[in-house]
Amino acid sequence: MESGGGDRFEMVIGLEVHAQLLTHSKMYCGCAARYADAAPNSHVCAVCAGLPGALPVMNRAAVEFCILTGLALGAEIPGFCKLDRKNYVYPDLPKGYQISQYDLPLCIGGALEFASEGAPKRAGITRVHIEEDTGRLVHRAGAPGDEVSLVDLNRSGVPLMEIVGEPDLRSPAEAADYLVALRQTLRYVGASTGNMEEGAFRCDANVSVRERGAPLGAKVEVKNMNSFRAVERALRFEEERQRAVLAEGGSIAQETRGWVEASGVTVSQRTKEQAHDYRYFPEPDLPPLTISAEMVAEIRDRLPELPGARRDRFASRYGLDAKEIETLTAEREVADVFEAVVGPDGTAEAARRAANWIVNDVMGLQRARGLPPEQLPINAAQLRDLLDAVAAGELSARAAKEVLPRIADGELPRAAAGRLNLLALDDEEVVRSAVTDALAASPSAVADFRAGKKAAMGRLIGETMKRTGGRAKPEQVRMLLEEALTES
Amino acid sequence: MRLTIADVEHVAALARLGLDETEKERLRDELSSILGHIAALDELDTAAIPPTAQVVALTNVLRADEVRASLPREALLANAPRSADGFFEVHAVLGGPDETGTG
Repeated sequence: MESGGGDRFEMVIGLEVHAQLLTHSKMYCGCAARYADAAPNSHVCAVCAGLPGALPVMNRAAVEFCILTGLALGAEIPGFCKLDRKNYVYPDLPKGYQISQYDLPLCIGGALEFASEGAPKRAGITRVHIEEDTGRLVHRAGAPGDEVSLVDLNRSGVPLMEIVGEPDLRSPAEAADYLVALRQTLRYVGASTGNMEEGAFRCDANVSVRERGAPLGAKVEVKNMNSFRAVERALRFEEERQRAVLAEGGSIAQETRGWVEASGVTVSQRTKEQAHDYRYFPEPDLPPLTISAEMVAEIRDRLPELPGARRDRFASRYGLDAKEIETLTAEREVADVFEAVVGPDGTAEAARRAANWIVNDVMGLQRARGLPPEQLPINAAQLRDLLDAVAAGELSARAAKEVLPRIADGELPRAAAGRLNLLALDDEEVVRSAVTDALAASPSAVADFRAGKKAAMGRLIGETMKRTGGRAKPEQVRMLLEEALTES
Repeated sequence: MRLTIADVEHVAALARLGLDETEKERLRDELSSILGHIAALDELDTAAIPPTAQVVALTNVLRADEVRASLPREALLANAPRSADGFFEVHAVLGGPDETGTG
């Protein structure tokens, strides 16, 4: 056990997350910020190429997304903030500096509340600030001495938000749960896609293992973790490594280590300089920002109901169980569909039915069709129509499940059911004849029923339903069966 | 104030400049003299002057989040010493700083 009681050592983790903001244009210029399928260097101008004399101008939406995120995390938004230059030389950074925020960030403090291993947790947030992304390097092999790197500046200047967490996490599993909850919050407020595989959500970890109660040990920074699973694996490896060193009486070197996914280890990435000297200074090309109380209030009005509050409300308003709530609220869009189907005056029964349909059938179809987690294959109006048709007895539940894919393709429930010959049988004569056949075919069930075994009715209903292809209304079947059994 | 050779070497390393011994000595003198010149400001009493990073009294210069045309790629790459397949081409860099998170 990594963090079990009675253990001599304790792990301390703080996470730094970089999230790309969902703006249309870049942080300091009007180039398109979406670079996924763009030809190299097709979204680049004088500003994001770092040409001399180019003047950056801040993107209002990026500033607002950062503040929105800060508010979602309960941060304080100071009335004044500025941008700073962080200087270092690397070919993916055309200006030779990154415009970031040093001592006066947009958001200070706050906390993320989340659940880990069934228990509520709260991890402090140090700060949230805006900065810009770098370009992308592609390494191309060549003869020794002839290797080159290719530079694509499409990502240069894409708005980033850095969310620095306090060293409040105590295990790799807790770190992973924190990340999932943070990502969910960013997706709820619409600030970022949070897509880790695409690099829109990146995590570096500061890790140390110490003897319980001792001051913090040397901090190891772990980088290069490209999925939630990689974060958890890398932290587990790092925990074991540091424990082993300490258990042998050794000491941990303060360093940066990179996670190597293929071999499942972290390796030292010691750079030539012992400590970076970024020579931060205030960015002269960008005037500072004064954030008024009115602006903060206006942005606060845009905050949606956050995941935790929504889960609590789903529990008290609809009485759903925790697992169902977790699934329904994982994505804001899915929770929205659920609520639109239930409607403002929906009963607990209607809520239970809608939840059941979404979690099992609709999400099953979503998975089968390979849709992204926020995109259900049918919308609220379509699902409501379908459930209404079931409630009205026009469609059996089984038939409704069958027409679901057709509805996802745009057909109306009744039309699809009619075309597939799934509409409930309205013709009493047809049902009556199925009842007669069923009785003739099931003498033992008839005998059982007459002998007082009421449970035999279920078998007779089943036999009759089978003879109507599941299209008869069960209530009508029961009525006609009872009628037939008392008559004869 | 006179810089040490170690100071010069540190600054050169941050700027990724390789200097020979003669250059280090020359830059030690030049940088020391520049710093000495600026040190004249230390004689001023600035106790009553609030620090400022800006000389124009502007705040909140923001633009709407609208996409504008980028440079044609040929124009962008025209002044690059080397380019290939639409990329800027530079000497191989492996490892090194990754300041905006892994990715």
